[in-house]
Amino acid sequence: MMSLSHIRRLEAESIHIIREVVAETRHPVMLYSIGKDSAVMLHLALKAFYPARLPFPLLHVDTRWKFREMYAFREEMVKRHDLDLRVHINPEGVAQNINPFTHGSSVHTDVMKTQGLKQALNHYGFDAAFGGARRDEEKSRAKERVFSFRNGQHRWDPKNQRPELWRLYNARLNPGESIRVFPLSNWTELDIWQYIALENIPIVPLYFAKPRPVVKRHGSLIMVDDDRMPLEPGEKPELKSVRFRTLGCYPLTGAVESNATTLNDIIQEMLLARTSERQGRVIDHDASASMEKKKQEGYF
Amino acid sequence: MSLLPENTALNVQEYLQKHQQKTTLRLITCGSVDDGKSTLIGRLLYESKQLFDDQLATLEADSKRVGTQGGALDFALLVDGLAAEREQGITIDVAYRYFSTDERQFIIADTPGHEQYTRNMVTGASNADLAILLIDARKGVLTQTRRHSFLCSLVGVKHIVLAVNKMDLVDYQQSVFERIVEAYQSFAAQLGFASVHAIPMAALRGDNIIDASKQTPWYKGPSLLTYLNRIKLEEQSSDAPFRFPVQWVNRPNLDFRGFAGTIVSGKISVGDPIKVLPSGKQSRVARIVTADGDLASAGKHQAVTLTLADELDISRGDVIASSESPPAVADQFEATIVWMDEHPLLPGRQYLIKIGPNTSNVTITDIKHQINVNTMEHLAAKKLELNAIAVCNINLDRAIAFDPYLQNRDMGGFILIDKLSNNTVGAGTIQFALRRSQNIHWQHIDVSKKARSELKHQQPCLLWFTGLSGAGKSTIANLVEKKLHALGKHTYLLDGDNVRHGLNKDLGFTDADRVENIRRIAEVSKLMVDAGLIVLTAFISPFRSERRMARQLFADNEFLEIFIDTPLAVAEQRDPKGLYKKARAGQLKNFTGIDSPYEAPEQAEIHIDSTKLSATEAADLIVEKILNRR
Repeated sequence: MMSLSHIRRLEAESIHIIREVVAETRHPVMLYSIGKDSAVMLHLALKAFYPARLPFPLLHVDTRWKFREMYAFREEMVKRHDLDLRVHINPEGVAQNINPFTHGSSVHTDVMKTQGLKQALNHYGFDAAFGGARRDEEKSRAKERVFSFRNGQHRWDPKNQRPELWRLYNARLNPGESIRVFPLSNWTELDIWQYIALENIPIVPLYFAKPRPVVKRHGSLIMVDDDRMPLEPGEKPELKSVRFRTLGCYPLTGAVESNATTLNDIIQEMLLARTSERQGRVIDHDASASMEKKKQEGYF
Repeated sequence: MSLLPENTALNVQEYLQKHQQKTTLRLITCGSVDDGKSTLIGRLLYESKQLFDDQLATLEADSKRVGTQGGALDFALLVDGLAAEREQGITIDVAYRYFSTDERQFIIADTPGHEQYTRNMVTGASNADLAILLIDARKGVLTQTRRHSFLCSLVGVKHIVLAVNKMDLVDYQQSVFERIVEAYQSFAAQLGFASVHAIPMAALRGDNIIDASKQTPWYKGPSLLTYLNRIKLEEQSSDAPFRFPVQWVNRPNLDFRGFAGTIVSGKISVGDPIKVLPSGKQSRVARIVTADGDLASAGKHQAVTLTLADELDISRGDVIASSESPPAVADQFEATIVWMDEHPLLPGRQYLIKIGPNTSNVTITDIKHQINVNTMEHLAAKKLELNAIAVCNINLDRAIAFDPYLQNRDMGGFILIDKLSNNTVGAGTIQFALRRSQNIHWQHIDVSKKARSELKHQQPCLLWFTGLSGAGKSTIANLVEKKLHALGKHTYLLDGDNVRHGLNKDLGFTDADRVENIRRIAEVSKLMVDAGLIVLTAFISPFRSERRMARQLFADNEFLEIFIDTPLAVAEQRDPKGLYKKARAGQLKNFTGIDSPYEAPEQAEIHIDSTKLSATEAADLIVEKILNRR
């Protein structure tokens, strides 16, 4: 028998991880952020339990600042796969009207994502949360285990991670503790795109190039997705053919100029790219080791 | 950088097709602190054009700010991403990096050299095919070089690249290189690697990393990257027997009962006869189910769902295997253990063992010998400290299907988990099953515990008194026994001091001996409860783990923990045997409450506050509670 191709091997490894969590934890949930990694993770989970339904709910920690096309896509996926999706928006953040423009990316991300995530996990009593993070994304993520242990305050202690040998994952927890699980740890950006193409996985149309209204701000092309975005003096949205390599909150995610309208184009473009995927993410550039700090505080 | 040269006439599909057929080499870098592992990987990524412009810009900025190369590019900063790592200039945890060449894909685990983080090095090694072992040319073979080599051989890494680094600091002298290689070869000969290849290099300057260096004209071999591209990897032979540990039972409706898991060796086709272990039941594969449709056959690494022709009771942890060559089943093994926790491994203490999806209770019954990683000498040991490696006998509470680790990593590799903290505290490999696990069987006895206790008109149980020395355990236990005896109950009191005069006279007061002391008491009590008696034990029994282990030997409602709660100050004041005085004077080592901990029960069945109740009142309360329990 032919040995498995690289991508099929990654697929099998991820399915193994996802099943292991369901077998060993009490109340797992899958964090769903609507992006391409979430799409792949959801696809793998559906495969892992076939013909049974997905044995856990999905959780979207919403900041209210996702692109409109992302919300539409989320609803379509819920309908298509008959998903149990829980949406959580930090009510305190809403009360204070936290937003990336007045409060800056760090406060916005901390309140709406990190604090929101912790609230939701505590509220539902989830003891395991799948996340779509990959080790090739960022230096501190490269250091993270597949099963990432968090204490009662959801803190990550990078100096004290559980040894993770072979395919033996230790999911045992004391009350209040939880784990984050990253089934896509070993995938690279290229693997994700290839798999999306191979399996025909639906993704948000924002990944494909199209004329969109953008302004250039602090070196990033920011798309004006709705009229909540205050324009600075002299700024005038321009229609440019752009697409997104990564999707987050729209005011914090830079677009790239592109004419890639098919998966083939996208892969070709990424093979020739000279900048990394997260280059467009404003939150990564707050300060050195900022992702690590966010993770220690409970960011997924 | 980009993954492809600019303006190449690119056929994406063709590229991807080729990319998919590349083999993946999983490797680690290891060796002692400061020998340049992170720098080597950084250099490898940089030279092979795997860095994006923004990553390079960040590296340039970081090198100026926190670099150790006087502002020049500090490649170590590419991988040492944690704040604490940059602070100390060391690697704390494994970083995984991915890159590819035209020939291969690589997953590199950069593992720490610091002895304190040996467990993270083993983590990286467990999935690796090859190890790049770095040696500082100025220092030669060090303890960590030997430790890491031994750990590599233990987890089955087959190939070693001996990277003799920092050659620039010894003027690229051939004799230095050869001396180191010779010293290493003579040590490594006993470790059974399939290949050891040595390369002289200077990671900081890039010598012999990608291209042959002009500085070492005497070295005729390939550069590191060339070697990594070319080395042949033996895949496990395709005729290995079929092994499928059941991970999850898929039961969406009454008509479907599938067993989900990953094939860890061999292959399977629809209709093949299989055997389920440990039960030994047989059937045939009816379907190989996947979300993409049923398969006719499936092989190693595939995550599938099997259904069988017969309705068998199979659960998570069972192994579905080829019926011609099934794995062995046993509950006692010889294993090699690497200990990874600050708290030492104590023989007799119960831990959890996870092999594949199977989790069971396990005790290390015997440390046969610890291994000195410098000399490979065998040493006697009563416990294992952090980073110790030892050959041990282990005893599981149930039989499992297994293969020796050398034949099958997934069927013979295990982790040990502490039952209280839930931390992963050790890892190990099974060598073989002990003969006695197959030769000792339970003898069936016709007169049962029920029959024996009915004759005595009582419900047997064990009253486990625990508390500090001088808390009043023996006094109260003695009163309880007198009262029960007066009521016509059949009892026996096992007292700490008395037992140490006979059954346990060979045991001292180290943590390891205390664990063994309690294990024996628990086993003896179990026999006595089986005989129908009400048994009382009065031992300090300071550790929660051992009290829990004792509890697990008994049925629910048969084990009653009685906590005689006396503050240390009060017990010390009473000091009936003058022991506290001795301990305070430093004449008595390992004394509970003074220089050895007491872990108070969290959920004792009976809690006696001896500052509020007299011994007689306490005894009355206990007798009332046990006679009225149900």
